[in-house]
Amino acid sequence: MSRTSVPERGLFARAAAFLGLFVLVALVVPLLMLFSSSAADAATFCLPKKDETACIAGTMGSRAEPLEGVDVILTKPDGSTETQTTEKDGKFAFEVTATGDYLVGVDQDTLPKGSELKPPTQPSLRGPEGALKVDNVQLGRSYAATLTVRAAGFSDTTSKWDEFLQSSVNGLRLGLLLALASIGLSLIYGTTGISNFAHAEQVTLGGMLGYGFINVLGLPLFIGGVLVVITCAFSGWLQDRILWQPLRRRGLGLTQLMIVTIGLSLAMQYSYQFFVGAATKQVVVSQATVRTFGPITITDRSLAAMGISIVCIALVGFALLRTRVGRATRAVSDNPALAQASGIDTDKVIRLVWIAAMGLAGLAGLLYALVVNGIKWDTGLQILLLLFAAVTLGGLGTAFGALVGSLVIGLVVELSPLVIPGDFKYAAALLILILLLLVRPQGLLGRAQRVG
Amino acid sequence: MDDIQAILNNMLRIAVDPTTAAVAIAVIGLNIHFGYTGLLNIGQSAFMLLGAYGMAISVTQGWPLLVGVIVGLAVAFVYALVLGVPTLKLRGDYLAIVTISAAEIVRYVGRSVGYEKLFNLTGGAQGIPGSRYRGPFSNLSFFGNGNTTILSFNYHDVSDSPVLRLLGWLVVVGLIILMVRVGRGRFGLGGYARIAAMIGLGLVTAMLVFFLAPVSQQNTGVNGWWFTVITWVLVGISLMIVLGLTTSPWGRALKGVREDEDAMRSLGKNVFAIKMQALIIGGLFGAIGGMMYVLPGSVQPDAMGRNLTFFCYTALLLGGAATIWGPVLGSLIFFVGRIGIIGIANTYLSSDKYINIMNGQQTAQFAFILVGVSLMLLVIFRPQGILGDKRELRFNV
Repeated sequence: MSRTSVPERGLFARAAAFLGLFVLVALVVPLLMLFSSSAADAATFCLPKKDETACIAGTMGSRAEPLEGVDVILTKPDGSTETQTTEKDGKFAFEVTATGDYLVGVDQDTLPKGSELKPPTQPSLRGPEGALKVDNVQLGRSYAATLTVRAAGFSDTTSKWDEFLQSSVNGLRLGLLLALASIGLSLIYGTTGISNFAHAEQVTLGGMLGYGFINVLGLPLFIGGVLVVITCAFSGWLQDRILWQPLRRRGLGLTQLMIVTIGLSLAMQYSYQFFVGAATKQVVVSQATVRTFGPITITDRSLAAMGISIVCIALVGFALLRTRVGRATRAVSDNPALAQASGIDTDKVIRLVWIAAMGLAGLAGLLYALVVNGIKWDTGLQILLLLFAAVTLGGLGTAFGALVGSLVIGLVVELSPLVIPGDFKYAAALLILILLLLVRPQGLLGRAQRVG
Repeated sequence: MDDIQAILNNMLRIAVDPTTAAVAIAVIGLNIHFGYTGLLNIGQSAFMLLGAYGMAISVTQGWPLLVGVIVGLAVAFVYALVLGVPTLKLRGDYLAIVTISAAEIVRYVGRSVGYEKLFNLTGGAQGIPGSRYRGPFSNLSFFGNGNTTILSFNYHDVSDSPVLRLLGWLVVVGLIILMVRVGRGRFGLGGYARIAAMIGLGLVTAMLVFFLAPVSQQNTGVNGWWFTVITWVLVGISLMIVLGLTTSPWGRALKGVREDEDAMRSLGKNVFAIKMQALIIGGLFGAIGGMMYVLPGSVQPDAMGRNLTFFCYTALLLGGAATIWGPVLGSLIFFVGRIGIIGIANTYLSSDKYINIMNGQQTAQFAFILVGVSLMLLVIFRPQGILGDKRELRFNV
């Protein structure tokens, strides 16, 4: 099939699609409700062994008023969790065997009625839902984690509406960062037809280089940032020069190209692990200053990142709409053969698209590492599908669609925890994508095309 | 020679390992999707995970093993329907994005701790330990207890000199090349004659290999002969089924869909139905592969994520898509090769005796980097793999 063919859709197809959706819902909902529950066991004593284990222990409530029967949840660096129910003395102790960043939270439902977890006063220790961050755990040591509660109606408590506002801002932030990366992905798809699975690894590359330049070499943030973008853009040039252009000349099919990007993605991921290690690297510049606008708290750094993203996206948009090169890019995107016939050097345009896309992805990675939570070898792996979802949602190959799609995905990811458990947030974004494809396969801004 | 012998022993152990065979079954399913029908399913791991969950959860709920297997297959069947209905009429890359997204959704739901009832079933990211569902399968074993070494007569009985083993391994390499040539149809053998020749050569090669590197395992325990034999028997059955299917008119219809969908439509074929059947059948193989994959180990959603699918693709393209033997050969080479690389890196690149440029963890990562690079090189320079036919693989979406 040619690249330009799109779905033919009849009444039957639509009916069948909704039937499929219905079956999915009908299957999942009873599965969630059907089965019974049981409580977890408790172990409240822990001694760290040198080079083997570490302890994260503490008291639920205060020493004077310990809370009994609360489920304390420890989230490990690999994302897995462990749960302990507190005894009469309110104590809990986790024995852990891996170094890294942990998160101590509680199951809200097991707290006494009318109370909630009080978030740590220090913002850098604040995890999601009032949880306590225990960062950089080393083996052979003990870490104290005291969790306290407050009345749910506490004046400082965020209402649903405030929470909604805060999450919306976070969603916007994530959406803008995703947009930086996904516009490039979309342009590459538009001009070359490649679904670049290694694109998210370029995002990781940006964060990793940022860590290298700023934290290891000690360069100032601005210079380091510029170097990151330049290096990543250069990697785009290099990739096109030694890989994609020769493959275009060979006439390799799109499916094969896609599998090549999968191979590249695997090789890059494990290279990061090989050279940098598996732990999360924080790109730390200075203590973040927090600003409060009514119910919304946000760090200066996040505001700056959002500003930079908006400026860059606006520049790309301007370039696409108003400059010669931009018009040429859109022409190649629309019809490569026709563009070439009318005198556009398609190879040059595609080279430029690779350079710009990789530079933007690198910038996105650096900003992501700065404002979200550091960078890790699989950071890209986690956001790759969000990028694809954003691009597909907006309409494959349309740059502005990618922007809209990214914002939608960012908001869905950050807002969905208000209604469903937090660890479903990525799944929710992907589900939105699948649902949209059922109704509008060409995406939000894409044009419907007939099968030839 | 001892270093090399140790590496070869490790490679052989992984070659007969049930997980290798289990992945081979999943790759056989992927071959129906990608090789024969041209469906770009990048979510084969979800079929495996669903099959594994279906079986493991049923057994832990106290249902019989057979019911568990049926539940696993049924879940994969419904999943294929749900995926296929909206996407099979769309362009190929939509199917790719939807399958990989859906696979991630399955994984996220499996590892979630948000709903306690669900968590009690799936065990979150920790998964379900094998000891909780392995019992019924192990109990079926009639192999008894104790250890068995395949070919009690081995090189130790003849001579411990390296020369003999070296010669032996050269013969093994020759036999493998001969098998590849037979598999590619060089000797005018066709159909069942070729399969008989392949099986015969395979047996001789296996005997010689076991003679050179004896493998001793428990009869019934985890990773023991019972698991190994059953899984490889299932691989054989799967191959027979695929051979039967693909040489049937239906198999030709599959290839027709792959080559030119519109032409098939103009011949009055229901392309949607054919694609759907292919998706379901390949998915069922995936589910069986997933069940066998978790039986010796545990159900861990994160271990059955995207990368497993990518490894399946590497194995498939290595062996040759749209061939009968390609998936098995590819899986063998993938796992054995990976262990070989790790072994070589561990022995020669990570010890003070030779060169010490990486640590123990890095050798495994080094192997995966090579996997990624070889996947790229393979697709660029030899997309038909070892056994495939280049003319059959101008597949495109």
